[in-house]
Amino acid sequence: MMPLKSFRTSLLSLQLFLCHGAHILKQGLLGISLSLLFAVSAQAAADLDVNTPAVAAVKASMQNRHLQLLPHYQSGAVGLTAEGFVAVKDAGLVPLSQRSALAALVKEENMDRVELYHGIAAANGHPEWEGEIQRTFALRWIDKAQSGWFVQRDGQWTRK
Amino acid sequence: MERIVINRHVSLQWLRTGSLLLATAGLSACVTINIYFPAAAAEKAANKVIDEIWQTPAGQPPSSTSPAVPPANPVMPSATPVTPSVNLEPAP
Repeated sequence: MMPLKSFRTSLLSLQLFLCHGAHILKQGLLGISLSLLFAVSAQAAADLDVNTPAVAAVKASMQNRHLQLLPHYQSGAVGLTAEGFVAVKDAGLVPLSQRSALAALVKEENMDRVELYHGIAAANGHPEWEGEIQRTFALRWIDKAQSGWFVQRDGQWTRK
Repeated sequence: MERIVINRHVSLQWLRTGSLLLATAGLSACVTINIYFPAAAAEKAANKVIDEIWQTPAGQPPSSTSPAVPPANPVMPSATPVTPSVNLEPAP
């Protein structure tokens, strides 16, 4: 009698286990599908916002300054650095009287660029992204520079 | 014998709770992934912003012949004529 009873008990516990196993599996699948849903929706929304008033103001300021910087990019007096900034590469190409104005122009441009990188990071709720955004811009500025402009690559100035 | 079944039942309940916790952890891990820097989105944003600042038509590769616009009319945003002319450069 005893072995039969123990057999029935073990059968019962096996049934219980199987039932719970199915339940656990179901929950696990639900969890996985939920997380997939999350990931997909977050992917779809992964676009950086660059249209806040602060960013727009910096963009307008840089747009206006670009017309003043353009001849210096073309002459080689100013180049694009590997860090996403501009720098006076060869001040000798500019008349002595205009050098301080050029230095001020470069300084203002770099201040705006800091503001731009900071502003985009802040606009997207991730101030810690500023460095990454700056690195991304550094590559894009250099890539988009017109030929004849000076860009910094591996610490060296090269003409595109 | 009944005690064994009850014990197993209790341990299964723990297992259930554990699996629920695991699923929650997995979910939060998936959310955490999205806090990583979105490199592709940043590149897209950078292209857009640079095109706007340099006033280059979007999607056009940098041309060797720069328009050399004098800073005569800095107020007008459309100082450079954006005429859809034929692009002589072969597309990359």
